[in-house]
Amino acid sequence: MSVATVLQRCRDEGRAALVGYLPVGFPTVPGSIEAMRALVESGADIVEIGVPYSDPVMDGPVIQDAAVRALAGGVRVRDAFTAARAVVDSGAAALVMTYWNPVLHHGVESFAAELAAAGGAGLITPDLIPDEASEWIAAARRHDLDTVFLVAPSSTPERLATVAKACRGFVYATAVMGVTGARATVGEAAEDLVARTRAVTDLPVCVGLGVSTGDQAAELSRFADGVIVGSALVRCLGSAPSEAEGLTRLRTLATELADGVRRGRA
Amino acid sequence: MTHAPPGRFGGFGGRYVPEALVPALEQLDEERRKAVVDPEFVGELERLHQTYTGRPSIITEVPRFAQHCGGARVVLKREDLNHTGSHKINNVLGQALLTKRMGKTRVIAETGAGQHGVATATAAALLGLECVVYMGRKDTERQALNVARMRLLGAEVVAVEHGSQTLKDAVNEAFRDWVANVATTHYVLGTVTGPHPFPEMVRDFHRIIGVEARQQVLDLIGRLPDVVCACVGGGSNAMGIFHRFIDDAGVRLVGLEAGGSGIASGKHAARFSTGEPGVLHGAYTYVLQDEDGQTIESHSVSAGLDYPSVGPEHAYLRETGRAEYRPVTDDEAMAAFALLSRTEGILPAIESAHALAGAMQLGRELGPDAVILVNLSGRGDKDVHTAARWFGLLETPGSQPALGHQDPSGTGGSR
Repeated sequence: MSVATVLQRCRDEGRAALVGYLPVGFPTVPGSIEAMRALVESGADIVEIGVPYSDPVMDGPVIQDAAVRALAGGVRVRDAFTAARAVVDSGAAALVMTYWNPVLHHGVESFAAELAAAGGAGLITPDLIPDEASEWIAAARRHDLDTVFLVAPSSTPERLATVAKACRGFVYATAVMGVTGARATVGEAAEDLVARTRAVTDLPVCVGLGVSTGDQAAELSRFADGVIVGSALVRCLGSAPSEAEGLTRLRTLATELADGVRRGRA
Repeated sequence: MTHAPPGRFGGFGGRYVPEALVPALEQLDEERRKAVVDPEFVGELERLHQTYTGRPSIITEVPRFAQHCGGARVVLKREDLNHTGSHKINNVLGQALLTKRMGKTRVIAETGAGQHGVATATAAALLGLECVVYMGRKDTERQALNVARMRLLGAEVVAVEHGSQTLKDAVNEAFRDWVANVATTHYVLGTVTGPHPFPEMVRDFHRIIGVEARQQVLDLIGRLPDVVCACVGGGSNAMGIFHRFIDDAGVRLVGLEAGGSGIASGKHAARFSTGEPGVLHGAYTYVLQDEDGQTIESHSVSAGLDYPSVGPEHAYLRETGRAEYRPVTDDEAMAAFALLSRTEGILPAIESAHALAGAMQLGRELGPDAVILVNLSGRGDKDVHTAARWFGLLETPGSQPALGHQDPSGTGGSR
């Protein structure tokens, strides 16, 4: 399922999409896939499947710790393809979010081919800017995959145009300057960035970084095409005394967020 | 040499960073290009070199040490005599002046051995900048004196608890800080890696090492050296001394990597022995990595060489054959450390001792006609505790001090 189809459907319903991030392999590979299914059942439209990486410079402590645990548990890059298949089968679009070296080491062309074969929609690449991405963009176009790059509050109009031009699917707007992790407020800089991004592209713009509550999701959904939530969901799994309790907490939060993206424009 | 795109050394280098940092990297690139042709900037840096750092640093011929190097003539470039005790100050002063030019008020830095952290804290004190230094928890323990030194200089030292708790994790944490605070903060990256323009800019600030040394060796010996040896962690001191010699085709450039417990042990930081090309910390270069592209932790007795990646220009120099790289084990480096101390009265940094061990190998290979220039990148004061433990020189409860009864070089006799 393509991201464009999902975002169009949400737009037709007069709401923003809920995009939920979970790393594959946390707490275990089957446990993470179970959690992704729960996320979709609770209302996520798109699942971002995180590939745990040893040096995640864009991530705060919650996702760093999850990556450490997933890697210690033996997660492999190829597990992201298994997760993508499971997400698609449960009815959502699957985007893989990965730092660049695991893709590069796997082989860009074979990564694209395997992701496409698993039904994945494309990649979000937090440390790959379009200037360095020609090989990936070419492979993605060959395999009909989305290429989601990030823009930030620091992005100049020239950079916004460069990045948006390389994107397919949507443009990922980081709401704040910083790494992943829940924050008390996320609105102001995000709204400005979304407006500046819309000035240079017709692509949907989804907002992430720092979002953790239904109210924040509602606030962002007033002006964003999608609301991206990561650390807050991961924390549900990481802080729970058991896997079952983790899933319960995850469903509760995802339901709250799904409600948020539905009432923001009401 | 073919025309590479900006920020590339052949296929190596580039800019693999979060988009949020791109404007800051573009600003930095523009500013440093302007600065190096601005007489005011150049004059101020030169004045600091002369009146603060103590440049030019001298060269010292070391004949008693050279007896253990196959009789070759060995000349040390004494970066250890710079203010703060290593070459690191050359780059830091340049970047601190750039920070002021860009109107930023805060600097951050990563450090392994502590030398770059100390140099950054020093420059921040000198120029009135706020300073935070990230250091792996393990490194704060093995380099405790440098932690105190940075704090005395007014810097905040943050012990990084994530991952391997060494230099690579300190770099990760510095990048995270930078993404959040880039509007007011400059990241004083301490070596010749990272996203463009860092590898080129840091090299250019250290290039003075080779410029001075080349002339000094010509003045002393009347010809160029046969070999230039330097240790390579990230590779800043090596690029600094190599660069002026690159067009001197007859001069071999030899980088010495940390071989740790030996290549076969898997516990080392010899990226060019077992690493493969990949991306780490913003650059495409050689990286110690597993079959999934996950970074493998490096190991070395030397905190400053304990890094799983290496500057992209070194990868290029190796690929083109202009420079060669060899591993030196912990044992070999510590033997060279002890040897220079006893034969010449110079305590080298353990990092630099890897270059000395390389000179011992090369001298034995080339014989008495050879001239070997070694970059003595830092002094060993910070390593006294590590070396004392290594050689068993510390008093243990209930025993006599062992000092004076040890034979660090393993060649017989006690002094």
